[in-house]
Amino acid sequence: MATGRASSGRIVRWSRTERALHWVHAAAFCTLLGSGLCLYLPSLEEWVGRRPLLKHIHVYTAAAWAVAIVLVLALGDRRSLRRTLGELDRLEPDGRMNRRQQLNTIATGAFAVLFAVSGFLLWYGERDTRFRFASTLLVHDWLMYVSFLLFLGHLFYALILPSTRHSLNGMTRGWVREEWAERRHPEWVAALRSDTD
Amino acid sequence: MREAREPRYGRAAFLTLLGGGLSSLWWAGKVSGFVSPITSSVSQLLGNLFPVGGWRIYTISGSMPIFDPASWRLEIGGLVERPHAFTYDELLALPRAHQVSDFHCVTGWTVRDVHWGGVRFSHLLDAVRPLPQAKAIRFDSLEFAYNDSLTLEQLRRHDVMLALAMDGKPLTRPHGSPARVVIPEMYGYKGVKWLAKMTLVAHEPTGYWEQLGYDQDAWVGHSNGYGSS
Repeated sequence: MATGRASSGRIVRWSRTERALHWVHAAAFCTLLGSGLCLYLPSLEEWVGRRPLLKHIHVYTAAAWAVAIVLVLALGDRRSLRRTLGELDRLEPDGRMNRRQQLNTIATGAFAVLFAVSGFLLWYGERDTRFRFASTLLVHDWLMYVSFLLFLGHLFYALILPSTRHSLNGMTRGWVREEWAERRHPEWVAALRSDTD
Repeated sequence: MREAREPRYGRAAFLTLLGGGLSSLWWAGKVSGFVSPITSSVSQLLGNLFPVGGWRIYTISGSMPIFDPASWRLEIGGLVERPHAFTYDELLALPRAHQVSDFHCVTGWTVRDVHWGGVRFSHLLDAVRPLPQAKAIRFDSLEFAYNDSLTLEQLRRHDVMLALAMDGKPLTRPHGSPARVVIPEMYGYKGVKWLAKMTLVAHEPTGYWEQLGYDQDAWVGHSNGYGSS
């Protein structure tokens, strides 16, 4: 599915592959954040207990996340992803995202890699002490703090702020209202029109 | 088409974040040490809201033992003349020691200036009279299967104690109530929490984490892959 105009009044914003990638990441992030916080905060730990179960949930969710991302990349519409990557690379607000959204996407991508690397080192360091570094836990913690703040900001724009929350529709059903896109992303709509006209 | 020659700011931002993050595996520890006066005061503030305070609580079984003052005993036996099971009140009646020391975890976190209150092991050993062949003590936790050991020589260090209180209050459940071993010069896994039993032995046994590859002598900065050893 290409972006662009669909039925009247609607514009396709995100392909099925892009949405799959988003929701795989979102589901994994929430599960990892929840289980991670229960392992991390003594008060939650005491309240929930069951540490081995939480640790299993955390580790297996991370593994499932990696597999699911690879599957989406392998089976999905890579052309739509390449186009998104191109937009992110130019960092110009002429595509579907404004600059804040682009920076959020770039940071989320980089943090995903860093979470995976530091998380793997935490897991593997328990098995081979040569891979246990003093800073690994610190890095994993800091990533959590920064990602948590980004996540809260993301939720605010996607769920609460009235002028932007229609964008959630783009990520759930794939399309946004044309008049909304004209207001929020005029460069994108203009570029679409110059492509099709 | 706009292509190739345009600056790749997005890629640059991604790679900068990635490079910064990966290299932080090397520098994060130093930076954290440098800014810790600031962050520790912040975490002190946060600690009043959420009981974080820099501690992380680990259990091996998944649930923290519950301390019942009526039934709890600290059994001391093995190579001793007079085995004895101390009640909580008996421990409280022993001469009280206080100290401020740093707590280091082998996974890399540290809590500075922890105020401990408790008893020195010498008072406990005097009561049970170790036999000459006793060279080490095995500590067993109420949390089943967790145990560790120290040599009697290590136990005689001036800042080793059986802690009953932390920061002026009786030990809380996450911190090992009612009694835990504190040996500041070693990583935390040597400090058995929820202590239930001490057994004097001739040879230092292999503890829970040691069986999983951790060092027997967990000197801070000189064991488990840290420092030169």
